[in-house]
Amino acid sequence: MEKSRPLWDNPLQFVFACISYAVGLGNVWRFPYLCQMYGGGGFLIPYLIMLIAEGMPLLYLELAVGQRMRQGSIGAWKIISPYLCGVGVASVVVSFFLSMYYNVINAWAFWYLFHSFQDPLPWATCPLNSNRTGYEEECEKTSSTQYFWYRQTLNISPSLEASGSVQWEQALCLTLAWLVVYLCILRGTASTGKVVYVTASLPYCVLIIYLIRGLTLHGAVNGLVYMFTPKLEQLLNPKAWISAATQIFFSLGLGFGSLIAFASYNEPSNNCQRHAIIVSLINSTTSIFASIVTFSIYGFKATFNYESCINKVILLLLNAFDLEEGSLTADNLNEMKDYLMATYPQEFAQLAPQIKNCSLEAELDTAVQGTGLAFIVYSEAIKNMEVPQLYSVLYFFMLLMLGIGSMLGNTAAILTPLTDSRAIASRFPKEVISGVVCFVNCIIGLIFTMEAGNYWFDIFNDYAATLSLLLIVLVETIAVCYIYGIRRFEKDLYTMIGRKPNWYWKIMWAFVSPLLIISLFIFYITDYILTGTLQYQAWDATQGQLVTKDYPGYALAVIGLLVASSTMCIPLGALVTFVRKRLKRERVATVA
Amino acid sequence: MLRALLLILSVVAIAHAELCKPDAQNAFKVRISIKTALGDNAYAWDANEEYLFKAMVAFAMRRYSSKSTTQISNVLLCNVTDRVSFWFVVTDSSKNVTTVPGSEVEAAIRMNRNRINNAFLLSDKTLQFLKITSTLSPPVEPSTPVWLIVFGVVLCLILAGIVFLIVSGIQKHKKKNKESTERENLEEKVEVTLENGIPCEALDLKAGHINGVFAADDDRFTSL
Repeated sequence: MEKSRPLWDNPLQFVFACISYAVGLGNVWRFPYLCQMYGGGGFLIPYLIMLIAEGMPLLYLELAVGQRMRQGSIGAWKIISPYLCGVGVASVVVSFFLSMYYNVINAWAFWYLFHSFQDPLPWATCPLNSNRTGYEEECEKTSSTQYFWYRQTLNISPSLEASGSVQWEQALCLTLAWLVVYLCILRGTASTGKVVYVTASLPYCVLIIYLIRGLTLHGAVNGLVYMFTPKLEQLLNPKAWISAATQIFFSLGLGFGSLIAFASYNEPSNNCQRHAIIVSLINSTTSIFASIVTFSIYGFKATFNYESCINKVILLLLNAFDLEEGSLTADNLNEMKDYLMATYPQEFAQLAPQIKNCSLEAELDTAVQGTGLAFIVYSEAIKNMEVPQLYSVLYFFMLLMLGIGSMLGNTAAILTPLTDSRAIASRFPKEVISGVVCFVNCIIGLIFTMEAGNYWFDIFNDYAATLSLLLIVLVETIAVCYIYGIRRFEKDLYTMIGRKPNWYWKIMWAFVSPLLIISLFIFYITDYILTGTLQYQAWDATQGQLVTKDYPGYALAVIGLLVASSTMCIPLGALVTFVRKRLKRERVATVA
Repeated sequence: MLRALLLILSVVAIAHAELCKPDAQNAFKVRISIKTALGDNAYAWDANEEYLFKAMVAFAMRRYSSKSTTQISNVLLCNVTDRVSFWFVVTDSSKNVTTVPGSEVEAAIRMNRNRINNAFLLSDKTLQFLKITSTLSPPVEPSTPVWLIVFGVVLCLILAGIVFLIVSGIQKHKKKNKESTERENLEEKVEVTLENGIPCEALDLKAGHINGVFAADDDRFTSL
């Protein structure tokens, strides 16, 4: 008697699961940066074109494969062709690497969340030095928010080689993060299906609150105007198009096997075409929505810093020339500076190196992405708002929801093939398998809580998934279109949905998307070759800023291993299947 | 008589001028930012405020050295600017025309800084004694860090949830095992029919589909 596969309670759970997985931290911390770098409002043009050319078709492809084969990634690709089991294994390996380092972000979000219940916020002021005459030296050189991130959260070491010890506070937060993930995946779709209602919808509530708060902040309009004015000449820059393609690709989470896993729990007649369009549109809309919020926050922060800078210059001039308070304002600053320069040339010349030229554009131009944006820039903006504790709690709770939603997809990609394989699933119940996976990931994740952990995090973040995913999705598309056959796939879709895919889908699957992926692949390889040695940003405590350093030999070896271990699975899988078939044929031949 | 008085006064004035001037020995510069501190409630800096300042410094010196010899007239102010900033020295009344050592003045001011600030409704930042560093007050630290408390609460909730789910899962599993052994003893095995790898029950849930592949292509079959 075959046990029927667990299903989602209703199609809405499936859509929410996909949204919760696809809408992740990248929408909040990567898209606004790209928008700012590549032409503001004009970046939306390549972004939307890439969404139509590769985002929707590839998403539909993965969902359809999962729903048709009703197996996790390994089983599904084995059904398509036995030589392709390596693709499924590669997906699982990449998902494993991703879940190892991704949950550390949730640990950091927990850390900031727990520290938000204090007045004043711990990153609002610098701590005092040992004899209480001033602030800590490192904090003086940089800002209090950067100090809190680099010193009190990460306790970062000056380079990758100096590993340092495991930070027990971060280890505790990481353990908690894994316990939360375990709680959500414990029962499979029964528990995940309920959790995704929360993880998919809560971030939107927080984003709406932040939108209203952000737009009413002083100086928010500066940020919005500056970022969204289209700089159409950037469209001629090929990097803009490549970044748009890359962002769509990674933002939807293609190639990890999570979408296949989620779709395998669908009812066979589920209309995955409609869901694919809905999920990809919601993902892109969320990116744009999040960038509106981010730019208004940027505008507020830049205006605040600009006004502080002006006030500092005013104070400096007032003190040096003993002028009456209030005689220098932001409006007459320039005229007064000229007047002072004319009347007291020597003193002014002495003072000149300390007088900074404050510029709003320079403040707005500081483009930040990644953990720097999420944890430094946002916390700096939050500390200057009224009732900062409330906004801080909301913001880090939202980051947590986004992160956990994505983790659910990652762990589903690993667990679904494990629970599908009869060898493992018959011996151990689902709870034990989930527990073992979470435990192993947690132990390995302790590497990222060491003092040099952030550097290893950057290695994983930049190299673990990028090249491998491109290759995996390329092989997937070619396999479905040319090995499985597009006509056979069409018929399968017709059986499931009742409608054949129209010419748009077929052209995208067969020609446009593979070509796009191949060009992305070639671009990345040539980029790696041309840059020569790989470098990273290390935090220098004595200067209070980031410096560029070269990776040591063993780090380069780890990078190579990361990329090789997932990409090699594909040819190895084909080879192993070929050898197995050969041996079976010889055995049959000798018997006969 | 008058001439002697005038002479003494001018000597005193010159002595004072020599004692109190910018960068004089044992002189301190003070910078006051009333408008920054008080905004609309700012008061004007006039002779009365200067008198209060002299009184506060004299009070500080008396408290520090606990010999009540310092008088208000011992505190000399000079070079008052619009900023409002000025220099002051404290003269020693027992020895003529000398100033109290800077270290004593500094220690006295540090000891009574809070009182001096409060007299003027100002703070360490808005009433600055330029050579005297202020002791910054450390932030209030509770005995257990707040974050550990919140962490503990969340951890307990999550662990409770996990234990609850695992235990209920084990109970359901035991119940299902008992039921299935009972059912096997009573009924015969029912085979689940499969259609293309999909159990028929799943297909039936949608009240069946007309398989369009076969229905539409009537032309493929040769007509009778």
